[in-house]
Amino acid sequence: MSAARYQIRRVNNAVFLALSLSATAIALVALSLILWSLLQLGFGALSLDVFTKATPPPGEKGGLLNAIVGSLMMNGIAVGVGTPVGILAGTYLAEYGKNHPLSVVARFINDILLSAPSIVLGLFIYELVVVRMRHFSGWAGCAALTLLVIPIVVRTTENSLALVPDGLREAAVSVGAPRYVAIQKVTWRAAQAGVLTGVLLAIARIFGETAPLLFTALNHQYMSTDMNQPIASLPVVIYQFALSPYVDWQKLAWAGALLITVVVLLLNVLARVIGSRGVKSK
Amino acid sequence: MTMTKTLKRTIVGLAVAAAMTATALAQDISGAGSSFVFPILSKWSANYTGGPRINYQSIGSGGGIAQIKAKTVTFGASDMPLSEADLNKFGLTQFPVIVGGIVVVYNLPGVPSGSMTLDSATLSGIFQGKITRWNDAAISRLNPGVKLPNQAIAVVHRSDGSGTSFIFTNYLSHVNAEWKENVGAATSVDWPTGIGAKGNEGVAGNVAQTSGAIGYVEYAYAKQNHLSVTKLVNHDGKVLSPGIDTFAAAASNADWAGAAGHGYNMVLVDQPGAAAWPITGATWAIFYKQPQDPAATAAALKFFKWAFSSGKAMASSLDYVPLPDNAVASIQNSWKQIQGAGM
Amino acid sequence: MKDMTMAIRAPAEFSRPVDKAKKIGGMQRQDLQFHGLTFVATLALVAIFIGVIVTVLVGAWPSIQKFGVDFLTTSKWNPVTEKFGAQALIYGTVVTSAIAMILAVPTGIGIAIFLTEMCPQFLRRPIGIAVELLAGVPSIIYGIWGMFVFAPFFQATAQPWLIELFANVPVLQGIFAGPPYGIGVFTAGIILAIMILPFIAAVSRDVFETVPPALKESAYALGCTKAEVMSNVTLPYVRAGVVGGAMLALGRALGETMAVTFVIGNAHKISGSLFAPGTTISASIASEFAEAETDMHRSALIESGLILFIITFIVLALAQLMLRQLARKRGARA
Repeated sequence: MSAARYQIRRVNNAVFLALSLSATAIALVALSLILWSLLQLGFGALSLDVFTKATPPPGEKGGLLNAIVGSLMMNGIAVGVGTPVGILAGTYLAEYGKNHPLSVVARFINDILLSAPSIVLGLFIYELVVVRMRHFSGWAGCAALTLLVIPIVVRTTENSLALVPDGLREAAVSVGAPRYVAIQKVTWRAAQAGVLTGVLLAIARIFGETAPLLFTALNHQYMSTDMNQPIASLPVVIYQFALSPYVDWQKLAWAGALLITVVVLLLNVLARVIGSRGVKSK
Repeated sequence: MTMTKTLKRTIVGLAVAAAMTATALAQDISGAGSSFVFPILSKWSANYTGGPRINYQSIGSGGGIAQIKAKTVTFGASDMPLSEADLNKFGLTQFPVIVGGIVVVYNLPGVPSGSMTLDSATLSGIFQGKITRWNDAAISRLNPGVKLPNQAIAVVHRSDGSGTSFIFTNYLSHVNAEWKENVGAATSVDWPTGIGAKGNEGVAGNVAQTSGAIGYVEYAYAKQNHLSVTKLVNHDGKVLSPGIDTFAAAASNADWAGAAGHGYNMVLVDQPGAAAWPITGATWAIFYKQPQDPAATAAALKFFKWAFSSGKAMASSLDYVPLPDNAVASIQNSWKQIQGAGM
Repeated sequence: MKDMTMAIRAPAEFSRPVDKAKKIGGMQRQDLQFHGLTFVATLALVAIFIGVIVTVLVGAWPSIQKFGVDFLTTSKWNPVTEKFGAQALIYGTVVTSAIAMILAVPTGIGIAIFLTEMCPQFLRRPIGIAVELLAGVPSIIYGIWGMFVFAPFFQATAQPWLIELFANVPVLQGIFAGPPYGIGVFTAGIILAIMILPFIAAVSRDVFETVPPALKESAYALGCTKAEVMSNVTLPYVRAGVVGGAMLALGRALGETMAVTFVIGNAHKISGSLFAPGTTISASIASEFAEAETDMHRSALIESGLILFIITFIVLALAQLMLRQLARKRGARA
């Protein structure tokens, strides 16, 4: 091979690798810029008031208590309702109906719902719940969030159950356990790390979701725990406050953003730890 | 023993839950609409002790009209008065609550607030996208001696259904035939150029954030957020700075009592008078004549009665013009047609 | 007789044939119940999907009836005269996603290449985790960061420079024209790109690791450079997977709401310039739906949502097909 040709190849290689390195650098720089802004602007706005006072009228100081409570309530109920449904459906897909035509359709649908625009799901809940009830409510917000939880839990449950070796199932059945006992007491227990990971990821996902709440749960200026009326939530309050010109409101928006990000990142890390521990124990 | 303990705990728990729900349910008066009126409404509400608090969503006049029509709130607030036909069709009644001024705000470092003058021709040109740079001849002609940078103008308008937009476009339609033909006056128009922002809050925020921006907001927003405001040329050709005296001058010609029979419909833009601010407007509160929740309506009317009498100083502090006493008397008389008002 | 006594004294569950049958019958019933329960849950999933489509269709129907095909070809959006055309929304959705893909796909693949080929072993996990953390950040954070930090910076530095740069170039001067707002279609595209970058990087990295080492080693044995192995061996092998992952990311970008709403500028206009404000379907729905005055306005927004759902459905379905093709290929080889 001619020396020139070899040189060209070497240069190509160097350029190629340099580009890959810069791509990674860009990503890391972007991440650090965003996290840095969050920390700088959000931390400065954090205080005890944020957790003890409700959202203030413009031009005054206050906190995010009603938004935090509203978010916790809606997310809690959404996870509480969505997780069992998701686990049951995932169990069907992995255990009972593995090759049933319904499963093929359900898997495809689940994957679509997983990545579907959450605002369209919000429209669905608006028509189904808000219009029927004739007003916005926390329940509508919950319903929208539940629709987001279910596909995530279904997917991770099915994947985790599929990883459980058939030998365990056969062993359970061979000692005379009926199918449902085998599933509940053996297979589920073997897959619990994976399923828990899925639940944590679902919580992380809905914690930051704004779009579906914008016209289901709306917002509430004061402290309220009435799920039958519009209720505040962190993402929607951040949306409203960030688009305003009031400095106090903008500071609270950053504080809220920091809170959400910290919770979501912690949940992701926790999910990762539990997930890997589950794998290691096999 | 355990049974009674559990029972006791359950009862206490249920009572707490009921109390919490009840606190949120029974007491708030709900309102929605105009962001024009929001600063003074929230100040009144914060200082009001004679009844429940007002839970007001500043979502734009269009949203307020939609929500009162849908009966999801006790009252709607709009800077564009509903027509008599609409009022009758939906069984609504409206009354003015406050008068305020719309100002033109801008963000040009190096050109301090109050040093720039614009007139209807330049405003129309800028907001139609025909005048695109700050140092355009049309603007420099009005501002000899002001150093205008060669910077692009970034127009900011409302993206939501806005009474403030209605007042602004109404003014431009009155004074500029080209605007009237090309764009017109409404709560939501086909803006020829510019960014859309939500609410007076959004416009103020955007102008503050974007160098070279120009927008229109209710005066309280410009004051509260330290935005630069322009002087404007009024109907009589005088160059004026915005302020409560110029807004009051524009409103002084208004015959509110006379308009009682027509839903208090009033146009305050382009008023004659040497000291009259050209872009003045008002906000109307909209109620049902036969409300679903007469108690909430009565509580809301009580709040407005208090605001009319005790809230004048608060209004003036934000450069809103409180309604004159004869207007208030006429308004309170009109409440007789609201069922359950008991005023 | 003996059995009866034993039953009274110590009722062991399977001591008597009748008890045993009852117990097994009970368990069979419970088995059926559980099977039924899981079946119903799965049906519910399918029902939700069908419900979404039907409800959105019904909600959009008044708008579909009134505007027909014109909805897709006009960009006039006037809530007062109730004339709606979604062309600007569709344009904005497609253009912002296109910009995001053009920026994010090469970068994401580049990151995956770095992580699998170049990165020293001890850095691999931390950087991989850092990239995946970027994926976990909620989209509203990207939105406010874009509006408060990136847009002013962009407006002050890069935008005027780009406008100047292309001021006299025939075609490009129109694409990079206009007052530097800071926010706009291009900024929204950049923010979207940063958002979908981790997805593409994660999927690419996963599929790169499925390449059989033997294939790569034979290429190295022939004297290929890292770049040549990558482009001639790895990338062709994982093509379906990378494309599938990219299309998943595209599906995400098309439907993304909060990252875009803050920085898109809310203008129902199609402008030749990328620096101009625009709007996307989800940004319009997010901004306007809660305050829409009339049923027709809401219906028009729902119809836009339906269009968005159809577009993302097609993209996601194609992505699924590609990924399944890769899985099957992998399965066949294994």
